[in-house]
Amino acid sequence: MLSFIMRRFLTAIPTLLVIVTISFFLIRLAPGGPFDLERPLEAKVMENLNRIYQLDKPLIQQYWLYLSAVMHGDFGPSFILRDFSVGELFARGLPISMTLGALAITLAILVGGTLGTIAALRQNSLADYIVTGLGAMGLTIPNFVVAPVLQIVLGLALAWLPVAGWADGSPRNLVMPVIVLALPQIAVVARMTRAAMIENLRSNHIRTLRSLGLPWHVIVTHALRGASLPVISYLGPAAAALLTGSVVVETIFGLPGIGRYFVEGALNRDYTLVMGTVVVVAVFVLIFNLVVDILYAVVDPRIRFD
Amino acid sequence: MAEGAALPIETLADPVSGRSLWVEARGRLLNNKAAVASIVLLGFIAIACIFGPLVTGHPFDQVYPDYVKVPASLEAYPKADQITPQIERIGARVRGKPENIQVKGDNVTVTLVGQRPIDERLLAYFERSDMFGAAKIAEKTDEGKRIVVDVPLKKKYFLFGTDTNGRDLLTRTMKAGQISLAIGLLATFVAILIGVAYGATSGYLGGRADLIMMRVVDVIYSLPFIFFVIMLVVFFGRNFILMFIAVGAVEWLDMARIVRGQTLSIKRQEYVQAAEALGVETKGIIRRHVIPNTLGPVVVYMTLLVPKVILLESFLSFLGLGVQEPNTSLGVLISEGAKNIQGATWMLLYPSLTLIAILFCLNFIGDGLRDALDPKDR
Repeated sequence: MLSFIMRRFLTAIPTLLVIVTISFFLIRLAPGGPFDLERPLEAKVMENLNRIYQLDKPLIQQYWLYLSAVMHGDFGPSFILRDFSVGELFARGLPISMTLGALAITLAILVGGTLGTIAALRQNSLADYIVTGLGAMGLTIPNFVVAPVLQIVLGLALAWLPVAGWADGSPRNLVMPVIVLALPQIAVVARMTRAAMIENLRSNHIRTLRSLGLPWHVIVTHALRGASLPVISYLGPAAAALLTGSVVVETIFGLPGIGRYFVEGALNRDYTLVMGTVVVVAVFVLIFNLVVDILYAVVDPRIRFD
Repeated sequence: MAEGAALPIETLADPVSGRSLWVEARGRLLNNKAAVASIVLLGFIAIACIFGPLVTGHPFDQVYPDYVKVPASLEAYPKADQITPQIERIGARVRGKPENIQVKGDNVTVTLVGQRPIDERLLAYFERSDMFGAAKIAEKTDEGKRIVVDVPLKKKYFLFGTDTNGRDLLTRTMKAGQISLAIGLLATFVAILIGVAYGATSGYLGGRADLIMMRVVDVIYSLPFIFFVIMLVVFFGRNFILMFIAVGAVEWLDMARIVRGQTLSIKRQEYVQAAEALGVETKGIIRRHVIPNTLGPVVVYMTLLVPKVILLESFLSFLGLGVQEPNTSLGVLISEGAKNIQGATWMLLYPSLTLIAILFCLNFIGDGLRDALDPKDR
């Protein structure tokens, strides 16, 4: 087990390197630069800025400089948010995005798993159709429609919750963003759980349990174990995406997470900010792929690491 | 004898037709009520989006300054309570005080009283307004200081209301539907073209080539997707056709994986081995034998990819990276609606409903197709 994890970490390093390399050269080759304003800066000022940020050196040299800095955990200064280093921005934003993402993923597993199980146990009943219909709705209604509607209904008309803002993570401010983040995930989890549960409930070991006359909660627990495999493999990448923040939700609810940095950084050619985000997202994806593999083996003992 | 000989010929003329996979799948699909209803509804929406803008009577980029943000209504505009203020506004420009405004059917009769004789040329202001036609002088008294004018009303229907610039939302929604559907199909087509070719080649070649090709897919997969799309927008500018070819070029990864998996099992089949034994070259085998047999899952995935791309386009438009004015897409309309949700709910309501209806239909069709083509169910 431990050697498997070590080996996976070692194979992750070249992947990470390739990702960093591709995105570094992609963003550098993009037309425009971080200091392009509506009114161009004076040539001398531009030259000085480029020298301070080491943009005047050859691209290959900049690449090496960046790589060695990242190795030491230094993501460099941000170009648009001039007073902050990228590391500081992440230190502030990442906990916020992660809190929201973690809550949303927990909500999605609990609600989606329960709904999917109920639908599978009562296949082709009214409950099943309601869950399937809600699932289709959760998948098709875009989050930038749900968010303003919730703001109007819960925030303004009923005045139960604050419309937007972070307010140091007060629970009342978290409710709406978490719901908006979780809805599509609930839909997918419910759908996958339903399909996997239907298949599992028909399998031989469940039939044996039934014939032994065991209570239904024992049967469901056993079936859930097998049914959780496809859900886990979906949730890995989904969790990585959720924990690194959502542009739409953070923009609409005015939350200071890191989701916005991606779009802002790429559009303003904030090279270091974009690169930092790419690295953070890639690390999350790789970690969660590993977590998925480990969970797989925990849930299904037939899977061996080799 | 002649009769006896005729019998087998007749039986031969009407042979028992074999039922292919596709015929069976079509039968199963037609039995699925949700899928059939979705196909009908989607067809209706598509036809409405393509031909609708010709019928509504408003060009999609026509601005009506007098009808900014008017709510959706089945009745014709102008409404009775809009006429008097508008005539007063015009009266101020004509330098005559409107008196005795009477609305009869499609005609308004108004008496304009000026301190000096009223310049008839100024009556053109009536026609310049969005509400009235050309004014006609019915009666002229008091040396032209007092004139009675007949003005025809211009009836206009805004079934979905108008937007913040005073453009008809129904026409714009249809235009947006056109563009969203076109984008969905275009990007999906590109994604499938690349994905199928790549996946089939990788799966068929196997070995080291397969390993390297799939490793490439893995690496692109762990690149953050939004970053990729934004970079494409940056490179290609805001040219939406180029951009969505590019989006298709990003969306092919899943397709390549699915097709590769299929190909791995297909290449062990006898007919592929037979083709190999006959000396057909690799390109020919992939094109003639492998790809046609992977099409089932491809079709299913396609119906699920179209809504994904439409949502992606909406998301990009929401960020301001998508389709540019005066062209529009459902995402643009929805993000505008979200900004005006207070006071102009119709601006969010109708485009969202259209988008959700399209996505719902595509999802049900995709599910129906999967059930129809899924070998496990047979």
